[in-house]
Amino acid sequence: MSDNGKGLSEVLSKHEADLQADWIKEQTAGSARRTGAIKEVELRDQCKEFLGLVIEALQGGGDLDVRGPRWNPVRDLLANLSRSRGLQGFTPSETASFVFSLKKPLFARIRRDLSKDGEAMAEATLAATVLLDGLGLYTTEVHQKAREEIIARQQQEMLELSTPVVTLWEGILALPMIGTLDSARTQVVMESLLQKIVDTASSIAIIDITGVPTVDTLTAQHLLKTVTAARLMGAECIISGIRPQIAQTIVHLGVDLGDVTTKASLADALAVALERTGRAVRRVRAGS
Amino acid sequence: MERIPILRMGGFLLVTIQVDMHDRLVTTLQDELTTMIAQTGAHGVLIDISSLDMVDSFIGRMIGDIAGMSRVLDAETVVVGMRPAVAITLVELGLSLAGVRTALDVEKGMGLLRAATRRRLAEADDGGVER
Repeated sequence: MSDNGKGLSEVLSKHEADLQADWIKEQTAGSARRTGAIKEVELRDQCKEFLGLVIEALQGGGDLDVRGPRWNPVRDLLANLSRSRGLQGFTPSETASFVFSLKKPLFARIRRDLSKDGEAMAEATLAATVLLDGLGLYTTEVHQKAREEIIARQQQEMLELSTPVVTLWEGILALPMIGTLDSARTQVVMESLLQKIVDTASSIAIIDITGVPTVDTLTAQHLLKTVTAARLMGAECIISGIRPQIAQTIVHLGVDLGDVTTKASLADALAVALERTGRAVRRVRAGS
Repeated sequence: MERIPILRMGGFLLVTIQVDMHDRLVTTLQDELTTMIAQTGAHGVLIDISSLDMVDSFIGRMIGDIAGMSRVLDAETVVVGMRPAVAITLVELGLSLAGVRTALDVEKGMGLLRAATRRRLAEADDGGVER
């Protein structure tokens, strides 16, 4: 393998400057490039640095294993580049084309330089392919990882956003649930509801599940746990916003909601809550 | 020895737990409370656990047991002021304390007990029993 690396290294160092120029042209011409998203100067710097680092890594001994410690600087550069492009909204293939677009100018140089020695040319080509493929895949991998980090962060933000506890009336809380109820979310919901019950000394909490797309046995169990915990603290729960399909599912699944009061709409639940706290709503004049 | 005081308030007994509960303390409380109910003929027991920030399955079960015993002695039990963390723990332990009445604070708990007493008196009147 070390020979392969050597041939490649020689070609790279010899043509560094014009390789870089061709490479940039290739990227700018490629339809994959997002015009304006990356500045010409920035791109030139990135290309220059990348080539420099690759040559340096190859000169060290021609080890083509891009996961090895020798390639750390190159990997760091690609990781930064991939992450920043990922944040700018590049697709994985657009990001990886940074590395892959080097193939065309590089292979042209290899062919020109080593055309007399067929074996050396094949070896150098193989080395270049192995190297660039490895680096390209690494770029994609980092891109994916950066995306996953974004998704995880958004999930966390959604979790925080989607569990508001609102006061409907003095002593009456409402918890409009939106989205699928999993264990982690139920825990957050339960804690914030119970804390709010303590803070506001509310005796009735309405859990509205209009925004919950499906209810399965697990979801029902989570709901019942929340209701039981609230009851232990001395607050009563009403479940509202049960859609017809969900009512059917609950019965088909054989879920026993016990003695929990359930209502079809939040308005009905509020009426019940007002009645239980000794209040009534009445019309004072004819509405328009 | 550490003891949890049981206060008498009219026809009700008030138990405020302000120390960490340990097993011996709970069994002593059970003994004393049942004795006290029998002696005073109280028909309402209010247990304030607002200072309790840790429970285990034993304590949880004992709270349920106390309520059961009081009911046998014809006294209604209301547990008040349970903290969120305690409530979550009990639910996760599978202890829903069915049959125990709960209220947010002492005032609301007393309201529940008074309402229960009124109901009891009304029922007694309907039955034509002299009290």
